[in-house]
Amino acid sequence: MAEDASGTDGLQVTVEFTGGLEMLFSNRRKHQITLPVRDENDAAANIAYLVRYLCQNVMRDHRKELFVLDDTVRPGILVLINDGDWELEGGEEYEIQPNDNILFVSTLHGG
Amino acid sequence: MPPSPCQICQTNRALILRPKNGHKLCKPCFLEVFEAEIHHTITSNNLFHRGERIAIGASGGKDSTVLASVLKTLNERYDYGVELILLSIDEGIKGYRDDSLETVKRNAKQYDMPLMIVGYGELYGWTMDQVVEQVGKKGNCTYCGVFRRQALDRGAARLGVQHVVTGHNADDVAETVLMNLLRGDLPRLSRTTSIVTSTPSATVSPNSNTPSHTNIKRSKPLKYAYEKEIVLYAHHKSLDYFSTECIYSPEAFRGSARALIKNLERVRPSAILDVVRSGEDMAKLVPGGGSDSCGGACGVRSKAVVPEAEDEEGGCGNSAERSMGGEMAAMEKRLVHDGQAAENGLETEITLPRLRELQPHRQSVKMGVDGRARKQKSQKGPAQTPRKLPQQKMGQCERCGYLSSQAVCKACVLLEGLNKSRPRTAIDIAGHDDEREQAVNEAVNGVRQVSIAAD
Repeated sequence: MAEDASGTDGLQVTVEFTGGLEMLFSNRRKHQITLPVRDENDAAANIAYLVRYLCQNVMRDHRKELFVLDDTVRPGILVLINDGDWELEGGEEYEIQPNDNILFVSTLHGG
Repeated sequence: MPPSPCQICQTNRALILRPKNGHKLCKPCFLEVFEAEIHHTITSNNLFHRGERIAIGASGGKDSTVLASVLKTLNERYDYGVELILLSIDEGIKGYRDDSLETVKRNAKQYDMPLMIVGYGELYGWTMDQVVEQVGKKGNCTYCGVFRRQALDRGAARLGVQHVVTGHNADDVAETVLMNLLRGDLPRLSRTTSIVTSTPSATVSPNSNTPSHTNIKRSKPLKYAYEKEIVLYAHHKSLDYFSTECIYSPEAFRGSARALIKNLERVRPSAILDVVRSGEDMAKLVPGGGSDSCGGACGVRSKAVVPEAEDEEGGCGNSAERSMGGEMAAMEKRLVHDGQAAENGLETEITLPRLRELQPHRQSVKMGVDGRARKQKSQKGPAQTPRKLPQQKMGQCERCGYLSSQAVCKACVLLEGLNKSRPRTAIDIAGHDDEREQAVNEAVNGVRQVSIAAD
């Protein structure tokens, strides 16, 4: 397993939550995560897998629907991959690279 | 996917995908375009005039923070010559508003703007925490919305400011358009889609104790800005904003409309602005509505100012008031019903005996636009048209002097209900009318001014 580019057992990624989402993730904005290189089906880890992984392993809050709806990131939550809109990078299909910074920002809170 | 270059500068990596037109832009070009579009909204609608003092309704949230930042930038860049002041409402919600007010205080320093905070506690004798203790979590947004509207106006009056700008964005407007459609309330469309509204307000001058009236103008410079881009602007400029949900906010009707808008945006990003424009066009078709002479199709807008109802969407645009619409409609219906009952000589719990006497003599204020005469007709006699249009004929609240379409304004009606059931040990302002008026006047004068510059 350990021969990926990051040189560890998985992909080192920084995941950030802002705009109110941090409250679903132990009130912490920044999380350093080691993500398995391959997903459940032995495909390269992509954003869709990261989101599943976050729900299962990082999120303590039971209100999953505030983060994920219909198996995808809830509409109204922006996803930025290294500061770029995920839609410019292929959306859920984007294959995560070592040391990527993935930011989830809710637009749904406050005014 | 290979990185695409910015469509404007052709050099930097594109980071932003614009929902309104699909343009791919780099960070500097995005910030510039975003600001330029707000500038265009301001100039093409003649929102500001040189020398004007403008209060920014500031909640510490993303919209008002971005509004303050952009207005400061544009005021300096294009030399608008306006004076910007932050005006915040302290609803008195521990663990929510006290924290967000800290953000506003930091913003005041960051943007070098004076800040005034107006509290429900001082104005009304009730904080929202106390209101919720009294009425429960259900329906408390009605109180918050009615109180906020007056509080913003009173704060503006205290500042001697004639114009309050709020951070309502395109998503907010689209959502309200949908809600009005789903409620079948087309007359309200013109008020909610108009970029400028006027809200009559009362101010008590310190010298004489007689209330005088000012028309406080409200405008929404971010009306055509996507919430997504507002959040991206805040992110890329590293703005300091507060994003915790109001602890009392239930996700009711407005929440559903919001979810619908966000779902539509996923599939068709331009839908939000399309709904806004459809709302504007429909508003023109409603008799007596329509703020725009040609709805933006020809790019020229009339300068007509649409009167705003007392209960129109409030200042901070948080989700607490996003859920307020349905309840507000119910409230309005109840008040209209009470008014009719009074005319017919029936007694109701809320209506005061004086209401009936005062009604025919009530001072009416000409609001000055688009065929309101039609609405005055509906006041004649007990015979009602089957579908009653909301009355926008303004008189003066006999208790606090706030301009109101009813003899007693909604805030005073709500306060009376609250004060009636308040435990004896609490402040008792339910005495004679004179005393009550005095109490309200004192409350109005008791607005707290926080000077950040002095820190």
